[in-house]
Amino acid sequence: MSEQSATLGREDVAHVASLARLALTDEELDRFTVQLARVIDHARDVAALDVAEVEPTSHPVPMRNVLRPDVVGECLGRHEVLAAAPECEDGRFKVPRVIGEAP
Amino acid sequence: MSAREIARAVRAGERSARGVVEESLAAIAERDGEVHAFLLVTGDEARSAADAIDAAVADGRDPGPLAGVPVALKDNLCTKGIPTTCASRILEGWRPPYDATVVTRLRRAGAVVVGKTNLDEFAMGSSTENSCAGPTRHPADPSRVPGGSSGGSAAAVAAGFVPLALGSDTGGSVRQPAALCGTVGVKPTYGAVSRYGLVAFASSLDQIGPLAASVEDAALLLEVIAGHDPLDSTSIAQAAPEVTASLDVGVAGLRVGVCDELVEGTAPDVVARVQQAADALVDAGAHVTRVSVPEMRYGLSAYYLIAPAEASSNLARYDGVRYGLRVPASDVAAMNVATRTAGFGPEVKRRIMLGTYALSAGYYDAYYAKAQRVRTLLIEAFSRAYEQVDVLLGATAPTTAFPIGERVDDPMAMYMSDVCTIPSNLAGHPAISVPFGTGDDGLPVGVQVLAPALEEARMFQAAAAIERAAPAPGSGTK
Repeated sequence: MSEQSATLGREDVAHVASLARLALTDEELDRFTVQLARVIDHARDVAALDVAEVEPTSHPVPMRNVLRPDVVGECLGRHEVLAAAPECEDGRFKVPRVIGEAP
Repeated sequence: MSAREIARAVRAGERSARGVVEESLAAIAERDGEVHAFLLVTGDEARSAADAIDAAVADGRDPGPLAGVPVALKDNLCTKGIPTTCASRILEGWRPPYDATVVTRLRRAGAVVVGKTNLDEFAMGSSTENSCAGPTRHPADPSRVPGGSSGGSAAAVAAGFVPLALGSDTGGSVRQPAALCGTVGVKPTYGAVSRYGLVAFASSLDQIGPLAASVEDAALLLEVIAGHDPLDSTSIAQAAPEVTASLDVGVAGLRVGVCDELVEGTAPDVVARVQQAADALVDAGAHVTRVSVPEMRYGLSAYYLIAPAEASSNLARYDGVRYGLRVPASDVAAMNVATRTAGFGPEVKRRIMLGTYALSAGYYDAYYAKAQRVRTLLIEAFSRAYEQVDVLLGATAPTTAFPIGERVDDPMAMYMSDVCTIPSNLAGHPAISVPFGTGDDGLPVGVQVLAPALEEARMFQAAAAIERAAPAPGSGTK
């Protein structure tokens, strides 16, 4: 493996952290960059393979459109579901403001 | 006492389920302070379930094939009204509104759930150190890890707290801790056991499997939990495999391939045990050859792209809205970030970021798409190997149990613990780890039997023969 590592640098980690809605401290950013780069470096053996002609496998058991009869069955009640929510109101999940204030 | 013996005695009215459960709870109370296999012991629920079984026996009703058998559940299996944490702060205090299908089937079979066991957070890890509740310790040496991620379940069986436990195996999380603790661990064929109510980690790889003190008990548990479930769309539309019937068949004429890739790179004392198990199979009448499945060498890389990719998607649901932790903030996006940042531990964050990277624009084709194609190559390579042999044999883990703290700051070293178990998950095939003596350090070694999809019967056939030939615990390598 080459010394000047990775395809993966500090700014890549900062970018994926923001995509994944995670906040990292500077110290975490340093540490995760080293650790993730090592994993991605290891994955170069796979990245280097010429497998363009091979079909991808997304799932070990080939299946499609598993359907059940279209009849009403048992399901969880609204109360049971909302009981687990951090906050709810009037039978709905309650969240903080989604849309910003008008400028 | 084995699960089979307990169930027989309880069904015959010779022992009370309550008495069996009290023994289990007493053993946990006495030693789990040190081992820390359990996150939660459900003593009251267990006592009333046991009483109900005893009442059924008294009424002349049959409580089922696992009557009165205490069982421990990995804490990523949903239990109605009973906290299910995945050893994560983000699910602290969450009580699922339903039981996992495996839990329903266990109860229906008369088993008694005594508690929820420790794991690496969201089943991500190989040592049970990545738990928000602190590590589980190896029952035979508290300075070492029990393996992971189902380390609590493996330790609970190895410590004699329960004869049976369930774990989940995404890249070896049942088999590797089973090997390190000296218990039997099974990863069934993908789709053989319903995943309904298993908190998702990597959905195309996850499979629930038994841990037990013997091959027979593991087979008994598998027959109870397996079989089609309409609540899991990936469940195979077949009845549970009949595996207990194959335990006494023997291995005369069975073609066994010792797999190069499952012994190379493993510790010499582990390799010696695999060889000894192969020799024992020859003595029992099997035809043993050496086989190579070179594509297994890409397994680790492919797995650490595919599993994190699926995890990054599955764990997007922990957003502080519908269940679990919420860290308040002024708007939704800030609340999501604050909640996820506070709720997930470092390994989960690593995997989410790794998966997000592998799926992100510009890298998807180079990493994730390639890994999926490598998965196809591996499945084809397995098929070629299974034209020559009926089962494959190798190590379960490259080493015996390692010291707590040794690999925790080096994710790549930790990931290497799964190198022998990952190929079966990528292919969707069944595999079993059977204890076979100890390493030079006196700690247990597991040997692994792999079989093609839905061929659990022949896998158990070989496993039972290996168990019969296993050296007594504590005897040295010869």
